[in-house]
Amino acid sequence: MSWVSKTLNSTLGRKVLMALTGLFLILFLVVHLAGNLQLLIPDGGEAFNKYAATMANNPFIKVVSIGNFAFILIHVIYSIILSRHNKKSRPVGYSITKASSNSTWASRNMGILGTFLLIFILVHLKGFYYEVKFGSIPMTTYEGVEFKDVFAIVSAAYSNVLYVAFYVLSMGFLAFHLSHGFASAFQTLGLNHVKYSPLIRKVGLVFSILIPALFALIPLVMFFQN
Amino acid sequence: MNLTLKIWRQKNNTDKGAFKEYKIADISEDMSFLEMLDVLNEQLSTKGEDPVHFDHDCREGICGMCSLYINGNPHGPQQTTTCQLHMRSFKDGDVITIEPWRAKAFPVLKDLVVDRSSFDRIIQAGGYVSVNTGGVPDANEIPIPKSIADLAMDAAQCIGCGACVAACKNASAMLFTSAKVSQLALLPQGQVERKIRAENMVAQMDAEGFGACTNTGACEAECPKGISITNIARMNREYFSAVLSSDTV
Ligand code: HEM
Ligand code: SF4
Ligand code: FES
Repeated sequence: MSWVSKTLNSTLGRKVLMALTGLFLILFLVVHLAGNLQLLIPDGGEAFNKYAATMANNPFIKVVSIGNFAFILIHVIYSIILSRHNKKSRPVGYSITKASSNSTWASRNMGILGTFLLIFILVHLKGFYYEVKFGSIPMTTYEGVEFKDVFAIVSAAYSNVLYVAFYVLSMGFLAFHLSHGFASAFQTLGLNHVKYSPLIRKVGLVFSILIPALFALIPLVMFFQN
Repeated sequence: MNLTLKIWRQKNNTDKGAFKEYKIADISEDMSFLEMLDVLNEQLSTKGEDPVHFDHDCREGICGMCSLYINGNPHGPQQTTTCQLHMRSFKDGDVITIEPWRAKAFPVLKDLVVDRSSFDRIIQAGGYVSVNTGGVPDANEIPIPKSIADLAMDAAQCIGCGACVAACKNASAMLFTSAKVSQLALLPQGQVERKIRAENMVAQMDAEGFGACTNTGACEAECPKGISITNIARMNREYFSAVLSSDTV
């Protein structure tokens, strides 16, 4: 084995891949949210549709989106590899554990939270990404130029109470995943320091509440406006 | 006080093992947990039964031999070693469940005794420094800032008990290994083997079958010596800077 594959197959190497891909996904969440918030501009979806078109035609965004898919895939594959390895490390379990006395619930259930997130991502991709890219969608015209009416699709989806409930619930899972994941990624990368770690933990907590809450706000607002 | 003990009994490494219940009476709250078990074993011996096997040595919290997973926590409800745990932490009528450390890398030998030689092999892989033989060096020849010496001493407090592994949901040995990497990496004397130490100790830790780290912090919360997970972050730094810059391909 070369030193590279040996390192990436070590427990530490696998964790660093989790941390790096996780941090990238966190960055992606911010960009994605900034785009989504345009759904709330009361202009019948014009700003959002124009934004969607710019994103779809930008070659840089294309590269980033391929990277994004790859990072999700790596994050998921390594979460399976790590979880299976960790399970095997304790073949016989305890009859009683008081795990809540020494660790948080989220930190012990990253795999379960991640699995719910994966289901959400797949449903989300099928409903929006796939439809917009390959499905037939209505068109709309602004100043004589034709645009795909992505807003109409989103608006239709968010008038379904089940979809909205699923979305909001999933953001709850995201909040818990991030409440541990954000700070954990820095620790994994070796960034633990008396000066910065308290700040990282605080930012992580605020981030893990604020970002999922804002994501969840959009379908809620659109549902009640419909 | 009177207690019910549910103790894991297992004849040997290949036996399946099961819990067995024992009633014990008139236990003083000033007894240590191990003294309570001594009383039980006395009674079992007089009855001609096989006493409960458990590890212990110094009984003063410094050797790391005692173990025991008591009512869901390694070393019981206090953040101390089992030998320093006293019966005043329990109430009359309590049911106390006692299990061995559970980890693939800590196979059960008998009852509550597990084989922790995987820890020894991790230390052998890199927990040493090279020194010149010859005359005794002058004291204070190598200047070390107090803050660094303190950090190294904090890491060196690890007694190798394995409670971190026992507490971790992944049976990970990161806290132990990181303490052993840190205590030497921090000091000037540890610089010669610095890179090879990090690489070899991590490789040995993985080879022994310990789990990976999810940063739950359970190890730090349960460690009787208060070893901090900042050591794990340091080990990660040591390991990656070693891997990226060493000559080992
Ligand atoms: C928006 C999506 C996601 C984001 C932002 C995200 C972010 C993160 C971050 C930052 C970490 C911490 C890494 C570390 O401890 O070093 C993490 C850990 C983890 N993630 Fe995700 N994640 C996402 C989706 C997923 C999905 C879809 C899965 C699995 C199916 C998943 C499974 C896990 C697991 C199991 C861990 C813990 C690994 C361990 O330490 O044992 N995540 N995630
Ligand atoms: S780090 Fe703490 S819990 Fe782990 S072996 Fe050392 S002293 Fe025991
Ligand atoms: S017997 Fe030595 S630390 Fe408990």
